[in-house]
Amino acid sequence: MARPGGRSKALWPTLALPGVAWLFVLFLIPLYVVLAIAFGTLDPIFRSPVPVWNPLQWNFSQAQYVLTHIVGANGFYGPPILRTAEFVVIASALCLLIAYPVAYYVARYGGKRRGLLLVLLIAPFWISYMMRMLAWVNLLQTDGWVNKALSLGGLFPVDINWLNGRPLTVLFGLVYGYVPYMILPLYAGLDRIQPSLLEAARDLGASKWQTFRRVTLPMSKPAIIAGLLIVSLPMVGDYFTNDLLSGSPNTAMFGNLINNAISSPETTAQGATFVILMFVVLLAPMLYYVRSTRAEEGT
Amino acid sequence: MTSTQVAAPAVAAPADHARAPRRSLMGWWRDPWRKPRLLEAFTWGYLLWSLAPVAIAVLFSFNAGKSRVSWQGFSFRWYWGDPNLSVWHDPSLHTALRYTLFLGVIVTAVTVPLGVAFALGLDRWRGRLPSFWNFQMLLSFVVPEIVLGIAVFFLVTNVGPLRNTIGTTSQVLGLVTFQLSYPVIIVRARLLTIGKEYEEAAQDLGASPLGALRRVLLPLLYPAIFASTVLVFADVIDDFVIVRYLSSTAATEPVAVKIYNTARGAPTPALNALATCLLAASLLAVTVGYLAYRFVSRGEGEKAGIDSFASQI
Repeated sequence: MARPGGRSKALWPTLALPGVAWLFVLFLIPLYVVLAIAFGTLDPIFRSPVPVWNPLQWNFSQAQYVLTHIVGANGFYGPPILRTAEFVVIASALCLLIAYPVAYYVARYGGKRRGLLLVLLIAPFWISYMMRMLAWVNLLQTDGWVNKALSLGGLFPVDINWLNGRPLTVLFGLVYGYVPYMILPLYAGLDRIQPSLLEAARDLGASKWQTFRRVTLPMSKPAIIAGLLIVSLPMVGDYFTNDLLSGSPNTAMFGNLINNAISSPETTAQGATFVILMFVVLLAPMLYYVRSTRAEEGT
Repeated sequence: MTSTQVAAPAVAAPADHARAPRRSLMGWWRDPWRKPRLLEAFTWGYLLWSLAPVAIAVLFSFNAGKSRVSWQGFSFRWYWGDPNLSVWHDPSLHTALRYTLFLGVIVTAVTVPLGVAFALGLDRWRGRLPSFWNFQMLLSFVVPEIVLGIAVFFLVTNVGPLRNTIGTTSQVLGLVTFQLSYPVIIVRARLLTIGKEYEEAAQDLGASPLGALRRVLLPLLYPAIFASTVLVFADVIDDFVIVRYLSSTAATEPVAVKIYNTARGAPTPALNALATCLLAASLLAVTVGYLAYRFVSRGEGEKAGIDSFASQI
């Protein structure tokens, strides 16, 4: 401390220290507790999970049970996981198809209305996700407005029950719920493209479509990937959209497996195994996202 | 950027229109300077799809009858009119609302200072150690909420000193962990654009490192701090996964959990009214935050607009 400049060197680690301590105690240790529970034992009387802290004493019987029931004849955990992959891929692709034209329009042709458009695009961020789902629960009820619209104002009766375990409804809910999170990164990426580049392409004889395909689209690729990751990662862990819009095991997702396993003490260790499994499956995309973010920060 | 796009057709368009008849569809399609009507229609269509359902849900919170699908006249019945079922009179509803706002304030008050200090530390402290913690911070940002929620749930149900903190304490701990990355990311992005010059100039003029930080850097960071405050608050009052796993009794169940528990039962429009109250709180926070953002980033000219506020988020 007596050294000249010593105080300035100590300043930055000191500022970072509380955050470091926080992440250590409430992010890294909890992740380890998940391992200790997944590979722990069951209390013989209470049937509740007992964490085992020493990795050398880990017991893999519960984890083995989960893994052996994902594929094969008794693979009852397989379908929800497969369905999650299906839902997430389709819903993320639909999010992109909807979000790209909207982000493109606002970034390139927003003009004077850009402020208003942005406010409206950001609005869903301030509306509780649960409220947005509640809104659709109301509309999709058997006597709701969607059926009324389909019946063309009562011309011929439509009483489809949209909320009793239809994959289409859940998919719709996922797209509706997550599209806003896709639009902002796309908008930011498209807005960063220099208009002069597009003008140069047009001046050199490229058509509107060619300019888009050969200049705009390649230049927005990082934003597309960021947007896809931003919507698909949380979607993998989503169980509440399914619970609210379907509630049926026919449309259960990966998140439902975890949520159900956690709710009774006997299967809690299996729930912990599912959590680890989800973490491992998502590790590659998560690392990709972290790496690209860090490249942007220049650290 | 649009000015050049719009200026060009004034010269070239007449020739083009002379070739292709104005009314023919193909001619309109081929016109290289036509307005992007399809994109415009798509955008407004999207906005309608995105916002109209919520507007309808808000509308039905003012319904005079019990239905959430057929309109029976305007009233404040579900806000305070009904002596038993309204938000004002049903304790389970207004407790949820009050508790949600309470959590929002506490978590924001902890997260933002912690995150700003963390961001400054990570940004200026060089080496492998800060790089490792920056990685952990970003990982906590992308990890699905259910993973973090359950990990913290296991922590507070199994590990010594934190055991039996389930309820408000553990909800605050879990939420701060999940939200911490927002202020860090926003403040670091702002630090990148500020650069080191102002701070170095202050130090050259005799300020201590801490003095330069407090009197020069921190004021420059106010816009980022306000943006993250609003974002964290709005995100906390919407949170569902973490608060649900870490709630102990009905008294620690916020609005999102209340909606989740009752939406598929037979809710009255009081549930819509409850959600609308939360929406109003959220919009109020954003408006105040935006005005504060405008105020602190005044003098940066065009940069103080909604556009830059949005890009902060």
